[in-house]
Amino acid sequence: MKPGQIALVVALAAALVAPFVAYPVFLMTALCFALFAGAFNLLLGYAGLMSFGHAMFFGMAAYFFGHVVKAWGLPPELGLLAGVLGAAALGLVTGALAIRRQGIYFAMITLAFAQMVYFLCVQMPFTHGEDGLQGIDRRALLGGLIPITDDRHLYYVVLAIFLFGYFCIYRFIHSPFGQVLKAIRDNEPRAVSLGYEADRYKLLAFVLSAALSGLAGATKAMVLQFATLTDVSASQSGEVVLMALVGGLGTITGPIVGAFIIITMQNYLASFGEFVLVIQGAIFVVIVMAFRKGLVGEIADWWKSRRKAG
Amino acid sequence: MFDFLGIPPQALFGQMLLGLINGAFYAMLSLGLAVIFGMLNVINFAHGAQYMMGAFAAWLLLGILDIPFWASLVIAPILVGLFGIVLERLLLKRLYHLDHLYGFLLTFGLSLVIEGLFRWQWGSSGAPYPSPIPGGYNLGFMFLPTYRGFVVVAALVICLVTWYAIERTKLGAYLRAATENPTLVNAFGINVPRLITITYGAGVALAALAGVLAAPIQQVSALMGTNLVLVVFAVVVIGGMGSIMGSIVTGFGLGLVEGMTKVFYPPASNTVIFVVMAIVLLIKPAGLFGQTK
Amino acid sequence: MVEPLLKVSGLEAWYGESHILHGIDFEIGRGELVTLLGRNGAGKTTTLRSIMGIVGKRKGSVTFEGRETVGQPSNQIARRGIAYCPEERGIFSSLNVEENLLLPPIVKPGGMTLAEIYKLFPNLEERKRSQGTKLSGGEQQMLAIGRILRTGASLLLFDEPTEGLAPVIVQRIGDIIRTLKERGFTILLVEQNFHFAATVADRHYVVENGRVIDTVDKASVEQSLGKLQAYLGV
Repeated sequence: MKPGQIALVVALAAALVAPFVAYPVFLMTALCFALFAGAFNLLLGYAGLMSFGHAMFFGMAAYFFGHVVKAWGLPPELGLLAGVLGAAALGLVTGALAIRRQGIYFAMITLAFAQMVYFLCVQMPFTHGEDGLQGIDRRALLGGLIPITDDRHLYYVVLAIFLFGYFCIYRFIHSPFGQVLKAIRDNEPRAVSLGYEADRYKLLAFVLSAALSGLAGATKAMVLQFATLTDVSASQSGEVVLMALVGGLGTITGPIVGAFIIITMQNYLASFGEFVLVIQGAIFVVIVMAFRKGLVGEIADWWKSRRKAG
Repeated sequence: MFDFLGIPPQALFGQMLLGLINGAFYAMLSLGLAVIFGMLNVINFAHGAQYMMGAFAAWLLLGILDIPFWASLVIAPILVGLFGIVLERLLLKRLYHLDHLYGFLLTFGLSLVIEGLFRWQWGSSGAPYPSPIPGGYNLGFMFLPTYRGFVVVAALVICLVTWYAIERTKLGAYLRAATENPTLVNAFGINVPRLITITYGAGVALAALAGVLAAPIQQVSALMGTNLVLVVFAVVVIGGMGSIMGSIVTGFGLGLVEGMTKVFYPPASNTVIFVVMAIVLLIKPAGLFGQTK
Repeated sequence: MVEPLLKVSGLEAWYGESHILHGIDFEIGRGELVTLLGRNGAGKTTTLRSIMGIVGKRKGSVTFEGRETVGQPSNQIARRGIAYCPEERGIFSSLNVEENLLLPPIVKPGGMTLAEIYKLFPNLEERKRSQGTKLSGGEQQMLAIGRILRTGASLLLFDEPTEGLAPVIVQRIGDIIRTLKERGFTILLVEQNFHFAATVADRHYVVENGRVIDTVDKASVEQSLGKLQAYLGV
């Protein structure tokens, strides 16, 4: 086996025994954010589009999940579906507008739309404003076949969702579609001259990224049993950027690593209160100034240079 | 008195004034963002934090050193502008050769640090700043608080002076030329790196000046800039960053639009600017005053 | 021997990873008009840009009035008294004609006044309030030339001032360049148009693959015509 395959097998084995070693709710939260960061990174790393408003998909999906399960009393799989479809629809509308501008404008536009969604969430009745949706039931999946009240049971469900989501990302990147997207990212005029409709490719990537962010957000609502304004806030959008940045923009495994680091950090720093913001901001500054490739990117570079030298 | 579409004039003109005041801040902040972006190719996410620092500086100067508002109007922007110059020399300068996104990410991180520190030190509830010119005039159709009227006029003057400095002076010509082709301007013997530093410092000072003006109207709080800067981004997208006058007109205009929405359909007043942004993106993606490259 | 105004020796330059100049050597005496000839991509423009200090990285030596300039930032090189007129002309669209003319700061006394420049280029005065890039190609070239005459710089670097212009305008620019030489400016001219260059220059350096491979004096241009045509591939 190649080193990559060995690493994958080891990681999977670790994921299977993890809930017996670590706190399952922590693991589930981290997996949700890892999927979220992976979905964000798909857009940035492979389409060259940096969205600064991805929390709107994550947070709205959490609300949709909560509403479907709590207010309508429907099973959680329908809640997840509602989250994914709702986020995808929101992605279609905001994406179609945002891709009309490029680069830094794209980031500002997504940020602005996310802020609009945030304001709407403050006002709309179904989100319950400042209170949010609390105490969303953990009803059994597949008509009672899979109970999820126990954290360890739920963990394997979340792991399966995470793996499914990441598999989608992986397949997408390695599909012909993903290749075209990379060509557009590297040289848009050239790709256009070859007959590719750049905007349609970008929009599809945007919608897919939104849908997967929605999957992550809905799953998070299932795990933590609440959906609040924090989930749709600008700081949440910033946090997912930070996760991808810490792990390594444009790498496949980077967002996972970044999500685990940031979630762990938040657990440990919770007692610092307001100071968490300062530390997060400082991490942004340090990474942008000195380690722009992120942890995974820097390690990959170091590995390559070592092999070259050796 | 007459009613307009069933709205009492007091409410109509009151909201128009509020709209103009908001618009004044949109204009001043988007102007600074546009000037900084032109020279540095950086969207200064920390603009909101620097606006907040301006308000805080005035509040602290008053509280600790008993320095009055009018002096703070000069001192606070200088202090915050110097802080901006340090940031530029130390950090931003090293990112110009990279994609614009890194400058955005850096200044985002800086705004988290700045706002976090202020929240940690002073909490997020906010403190009042006494109005330097209390009282007001009864204009018959509405009551005009003197200070609010002053803010609108002052903001207009600040915007026009900035416009004049950029469009009609020698330094402004350097700035415009360096925005187009910094290498050539440097090769003419103009110290472009220093010009960039000065531009950033001036843009930051402008944000701080807006913050000082805002202090007596709003609560001085660590979070006062956070939401504002997000709206200002939408303003910048709507106006496009190509034209100075465009930023000013767009800023005041959108403030008015927001104020009128508050009169006729209050629930949409928070989101109307974003809706305008969506419409502008549909019709004229480069922005009302932007040029498509 | 009198020290040359500009002496370039062993000049190497890079754009990113690509090594463009591999050791350029030449010199210009005060008041001379010298051309760099060569094919496209030979390194002529890069030589000018290297003298101005606006390439990625450079090595070797460029002395101006006996003092080294390699290592100085380009704004300081300009302030020593070298002015540059780029191939793409570099007219600023956000500045009007007069603002374009007044943009380069005065670095030394002895430059031309605005009135003198307008006398040399009457078209520019007529259109001084127009946006710089609204001028015709020929007028933009005049503006690019006129712009660097005010500064007091003694050495002028012209990069292909006749490119893409009608013959009558090329002739006009030839006249102007001769006028400038008579006025005492030292001029380094990059040209592809040899026939134009031959009419104005004291000396020609032939550049190929980032090196100066030959020198032809004005006196020997006639005899070297065949050789020069071979170099230039015409």
